[in-house]
Amino acid sequence: MHDTGTAHSHGPDHVLDGGHGGHHQQGFLRTWVFSVDHKVIGMQYSVTGLLFLMFGFCLMMLMRWQLAYPGEPVAWLGAILGEARMPGGVMLPEFYNELGAMHGTIMVFLGVVPLAVGGFGNFVLPLQIGAPDMAFPKINMMSYQAYVLGGVIMLASFFVPGGAAQSGWTSYSPLAALAGSGQTWWLLGMVCLITSSLLGSINFIVTTVQLRAKGLTFFRFPFFVWAQFVTSFLLLLAFPPLEAAGVLQLMDRVAGTSFFMPSGLVVSGQALTISGGGNPLLWQHLFWFLAHPEVYVLILPAMGIVAEIIANNTRKPLFGYKTMVWSLIWLGFTSFIVWAHHMFMTGMGTVMSTFFQTTTMIISIPSVIILTSLMISLWGGSIRFNTPMLFALAFLPMFGIGGLTGLPLGLNITDIPLHDTYYVIGHFHYVVAPGTIFALFAGIYYWFPKATGRMMNETLGRIHFWPSFVCMNVIFMPMFIVGLAGVSRRLYDGGLSYEFARPVLHWNAVSSWGAWALGLAQIPFIINFFWSIRHGKKVDRNPWQATTLEWAAPSPPPHGNFVTEPVVHRGPYEYSVPGAKTDYLPQFDATEAR
Amino acid sequence: MEIPYVVTARQDTGLNNGKIGIWLFLASEVMLFGALFATYILLRVGAPTWPHGSSILNVPMATFNTAVLISSSVTMVMAWASVMRRRFAAYRGYMGATVLLGGVFLVVKYFEYSAKFHHELFPRTNTFLAIYFTLTGLHMLHVIGGMVVNAYFWGPGARLYHQNPEWFANRVENCGLFWHFVDLVWIFLFPVLYLL
Amino acid sequence: MGDHSADIDKHIRIYVVVFVSLMALTLITVAISYLHLPLPYAVAVALAVACTKGSLVACYFMHLISEKRLIFMVLALTAVLFLALMMLPIFTVADRVQVP
Repeated sequence: MHDTGTAHSHGPDHVLDGGHGGHHQQGFLRTWVFSVDHKVIGMQYSVTGLLFLMFGFCLMMLMRWQLAYPGEPVAWLGAILGEARMPGGVMLPEFYNELGAMHGTIMVFLGVVPLAVGGFGNFVLPLQIGAPDMAFPKINMMSYQAYVLGGVIMLASFFVPGGAAQSGWTSYSPLAALAGSGQTWWLLGMVCLITSSLLGSINFIVTTVQLRAKGLTFFRFPFFVWAQFVTSFLLLLAFPPLEAAGVLQLMDRVAGTSFFMPSGLVVSGQALTISGGGNPLLWQHLFWFLAHPEVYVLILPAMGIVAEIIANNTRKPLFGYKTMVWSLIWLGFTSFIVWAHHMFMTGMGTVMSTFFQTTTMIISIPSVIILTSLMISLWGGSIRFNTPMLFALAFLPMFGIGGLTGLPLGLNITDIPLHDTYYVIGHFHYVVAPGTIFALFAGIYYWFPKATGRMMNETLGRIHFWPSFVCMNVIFMPMFIVGLAGVSRRLYDGGLSYEFARPVLHWNAVSSWGAWALGLAQIPFIINFFWSIRHGKKVDRNPWQATTLEWAAPSPPPHGNFVTEPVVHRGPYEYSVPGAKTDYLPQFDATEAR
Repeated sequence: MEIPYVVTARQDTGLNNGKIGIWLFLASEVMLFGALFATYILLRVGAPTWPHGSSILNVPMATFNTAVLISSSVTMVMAWASVMRRRFAAYRGYMGATVLLGGVFLVVKYFEYSAKFHHELFPRTNTFLAIYFTLTGLHMLHVIGGMVVNAYFWGPGARLYHQNPEWFANRVENCGLFWHFVDLVWIFLFPVLYLL
Repeated sequence: MGDHSADIDKHIRIYVVVFVSLMALTLITVAISYLHLPLPYAVAVALAVACTKGSLVACYFMHLISEKRLIFMVLALTAVLFLALMMLPIFTVADRVQVP
């Protein structure tokens, strides 16, 4: 059966010819700016995401000066950023708050997720399931454009009167409702980003279900595909309440409503002339309904990437693949009913506190199952310590520390002294920074040859890895100490004004120097990335001797991806099969079919 | 390789791509309106007093609007049935009626809103009005969106009927699913805001 | 599917029946509202009628009654999460620490 496609404008993007399209010469704009090809869109997402990661990192490097040396001027920065932000080179508290709120927002929504889901998901997923493209290529393009629009709005907000959003990435009301116009821009930017996410998640789900190759049943999917699939459901169903909340906060700010504004609010000695009757906790519920599943959006694709790289570089199947898949599904579902562990300090009674604490403890189980399975997968493997594998290996203990430090936060009693302290910052950065971001680096080194036909340089890769790994720990380990001492997060002076903080304050400077060193450690990566595009070692389709479908396509794949329609004959990790002639049996290889 | 299952169904799922896509989108919309209903519940339960809907809002007008939307849902499904029976003229009639009825809904809403504003009843006046305007306003945006898409398939988009009627039927069905959803939201909105 | 006319005819008859039912239920729910029942009852009745109407639209106009398993599974998941979103926030408010 074939579709009776007609004269609609998908046009040349889906005509396969196995090489470079000599038939229809598309202009530069159509090929690189308004492309509907998932590979181009994936690279667009990746490059834009990486740029935002760098920008968000720079915001934090600024903050870390203020935290290490509170009140100390930096003349040249003051000259660039101006009197409104750094008079006499000393950071204003309001500017510090802008940096803090925007660092979080940019890293999560403009950096990590676009790279992990928009970048890796778009580029790898159709290839790994043997599809010619995503199910809805035009919607794919629109989702990228919505992301860019959201990003532009977020960046522009730095230049409006009063500056960018400065009420934390969590934008709690009433503070956010009363804040300057940058907050309105933040809300509008979020609406664009949420739209982008929704369009993308629909595309991923339909593509995964409908466009998989012949023979590719659900339990023959690479773990990466499962991870993106579950992630898409999280995005689809968890984002809309935040969209609603954003609309409500916009109404509070622009139309004078009181959705989140309680009665009797007094600001600067003056009672607010609003109707009141609103509930600030309503914002928190709606926000965290998304933001908790969001953290699993941050980690799941990373786990997917690490799983692929570990299987490939141990030359062994993943240990407990089926259990890992069910754990993913369990994790995804449970992530929707744990959110109020972010709200233990809001006066909830013991019944609901216990409910959320219990679900939170339960969710740690599938998480541990996945991590442990990945670790056990190393046992008895013929491990190749290439750069992607180094990053993937580092992910394991780093995510382990992040996860373990989450446990006292998830229990309502132990959360009392830890809530909103540096302990929390240490916890979540361990999971996202040497956790997810390391996995993303691993993925870039791993799939670079598929995207470009060339390998990245191994030596530069190691020079990137080792200092990064050390610096991550130098930055974030001390935060547990600082947090346990009781220093709150979002303090403009890092705790200087508090007597009890004195014994631990020196750790702020340690973290700062680690951060600046981490920035330097990324330079070899940036050089490697651009240099290898032109001068990296040329390779053929499957330089890693991997088993999954994307390695059946040429490097880089043409429009339509595969020269002949791939057929899947076996599971995703048939490495070192007893009796086989090679130490890997690709999914797409018809010989020795089972 | 063309993108498969755009028109015909994949054998194991029994579905074409667009249908899954639209249902997934509707699932996300359920969560969107769900959040607003949750808002309504939280605000009402937390309020010392809450007006009965009929004391502030115009129940007869909204009842009429409910009937309008239900009718438009019928004309919408009849439009799809007409495409399935390959009766193009009937399709255009029913689809046109659907768009028109949507327009009637909007006109009534215009009168409702302007009456409120005339009486100095704004979203900022109290939380009841705030959630009323937000819920019905967001719903209204969805009505407008649906009307624009429906109008496109009544007008220039109808060309596809002659080129690929099966594909066109799928698209009309998907428009229908969205339009019925808009009706479905109103079926809950109406009693919650106006009758309780 | 253009030649399943008999099928479609049957569907059309169902659409008409559903249309009439929806109109009737609308009038019923409005009429009951004029009784100004105590709030818990009013809510229960209004929601029951709304759910009935909604089910009719979903099952017959949206063809859910004959839809494929995948769609049901997505909707079932959505329904569970929708309920969680409706109920859990209000439970946390109800279970508040009481200030004496």
